[in-house]
Amino acid sequence: MIAALFTTAFLAQMIRIAVPYVFAALGGTLTEGSGVVDLAIEAKLLFGAFAAAAVAHATGSAWAGIAGGMAAGALTAAIQLGCALWLEADQVIVGVALNILALGGTRFLLQVIYHEGANSPPAPAFGDVIVTNPLVIGAVVAAVLVPLAVQRTRWGLRLRAAGERPEALVAVGVSPRRARMHAALVGGALAGAGGAQLSLAVGGFSADMSSGRGYIALAMVILSGWRPAIAALACVGVAIAEALNILIQITHATIAGHRIPSELAPLLPYVLTLVVLLVYNGRSRRPPGSLGKL
Amino acid sequence: MIATSRDDGRETLAVAIALLASVAIGSALMLCAGKAPGHVWWLMVERTLFTDAYSLGQVLYKATALVLTGLSVSIALDAGLFNIGAEGQVTAGVVACAAVGAALPHGTPAMIAIPACTLAAAVAGAAIGGMIGGMRAWRGAHEVITSIMLNAIVAGVALWLGNELLFQNSTTTGPPIAPGAELPQFGFGGSSANASLVLALGAVVAVWWVRARTTWGQALLAVGRDPAAARAAGISVGRVQLYAMLAAGAFAGLAATNFVMGHKHAFEEGLGRGAGILGISAALLGRMNPFGIAAAALALGFLSSGGLAVAQEVPKELTEMLQGVVVLAVAAAGPLARRYGRAPKNVPADPARTTGVA
Repeated sequence: MIAALFTTAFLAQMIRIAVPYVFAALGGTLTEGSGVVDLAIEAKLLFGAFAAAAVAHATGSAWAGIAGGMAAGALTAAIQLGCALWLEADQVIVGVALNILALGGTRFLLQVIYHEGANSPPAPAFGDVIVTNPLVIGAVVAAVLVPLAVQRTRWGLRLRAAGERPEALVAVGVSPRRARMHAALVGGALAGAGGAQLSLAVGGFSADMSSGRGYIALAMVILSGWRPAIAALACVGVAIAEALNILIQITHATIAGHRIPSELAPLLPYVLTLVVLLVYNGRSRRPPGSLGKL
Repeated sequence: MIATSRDDGRETLAVAIALLASVAIGSALMLCAGKAPGHVWWLMVERTLFTDAYSLGQVLYKATALVLTGLSVSIALDAGLFNIGAEGQVTAGVVACAAVGAALPHGTPAMIAIPACTLAAAVAGAAIGGMIGGMRAWRGAHEVITSIMLNAIVAGVALWLGNELLFQNSTTTGPPIAPGAELPQFGFGGSSANASLVLALGAVVAVWWVRARTTWGQALLAVGRDPAAARAAGISVGRVQLYAMLAAGAFAGLAATNFVMGHKHAFEEGLGRGAGILGISAALLGRMNPFGIAAAALALGFLSSGGLAVAQEVPKELTEMLQGVVVLAVAAAGPLARRYGRAPKNVPADPARTTGVA
């Protein structure tokens, strides 16, 4: 099994798994960095995955599917920000509500559009080859560009100001609300791209296919100290744990002669996230100054 | 929050706005599904409340669990914590309740069997809740993240325990609990409504009394309102949050009495799933008031049972989606009602608002 870790197949598997996490975490750092609690990542992934599959199915083009997924993610972010900033609803509750809504909503749409309970009709897929998958390349590009944009551009400066010192933005005549909207829309589109990878990699949407990845991505955002490059790296760590789990399942790996139970092996990323949170939380960087405040 | 009549008025306004918005969105969704909303809503009311005793019983069955998980979410929220871990706490309660019930000798009298199973459910739920509260109090780990992780972990461990120890010859059902631990059912056309409803109502009164009449309740509310002020007043914030999560976990765990002792009489894979998440809706719709939560649980039970009763008309996913809509609407309606309801006097304006930060 150790030898299997160093094969290109394992690497490719790991990269395929990492892409949704990386997109979601990058989007999360943007939204949270601008001062808005982003528990709705899960909803953005799920709506993104559904929209990507639906658009790709309708147009026959996986590229159009990506655009659909990103639009759905941005739309979800717009609803989130509308409730959180304009209606001043509790940001944590808005996030969880959107996640419940996405779970029921995508199933409702499956039922209404395709008369199916759990799966969408097949959509064009990018398949297993990672070098020709635009989402893999996109994730790498985003992991480089997002940290640069946050650190080096005026847009990024305003985003960080909205997160840390919104009153400073007001003083120079820029609306923090607008800066947050810009950050969250880009963040939502990124998370939507992550959702697109979920459905376009396998050529179709299935109910609850995000299965908690948005929450894990948010945990990585917090762990990274709200730094996009570190968050993306942490997501690669999660992907390695997940790929390892799949490897354990296929090879029936044993520990000291005992088979690792198939019910417990998938829990590895969750347990790791908990452990890392517990170990580092006390020492990690503090959140953006205005996170969750209006 | 110490309720005044003005507060009550605004809370009522908030719930009214939220319900109206939810009904409007639900109607729009029904139109999307190609049905006349008025017809579907009426059919839902008619079947659950008047013509179909089974559907009415199912409203009570579902409401029983939602009262308990709703109280769980509200107690945690009173202390400023968002307990979305009720889902895992229910599952832990279900496993413990069913395991203890099955381990009891067949002839165990109800006097012993019922308290033993009830206690097991509460302790198991409290253990999970206590872990979340402890991680928050000692390590500052955000309870929403730890809850989600624990929900997944508890579900996986429950399945593993079931496969290893409980499930009988390749089914997903465990051994039956001792007959003495079974709670009487109310009938209602063979529905699952059962005597754990009494426990749920007792919990409503108990939570009301603790919140309104005890110093413990005041400490709880003080921590939730302003942790810094509570700390200055000599309250140990971490300890109160830990106790609140223990209590929250115990209430969620108690929902297992409804599922295991009142209905299935055994552990089943997926039993109780969704009750924890829906408890969030019940707590928010009930505006953290125990009696409000009981009413909200009935309303959500109606939506859930009614959704099934009209499943031939509109897909049942519609009511699942509406549950999210309700939470969103309540979260948004609270601040709206505060803004447009009569503002309380002698409260300083929110500084953030006046600086135009928002």
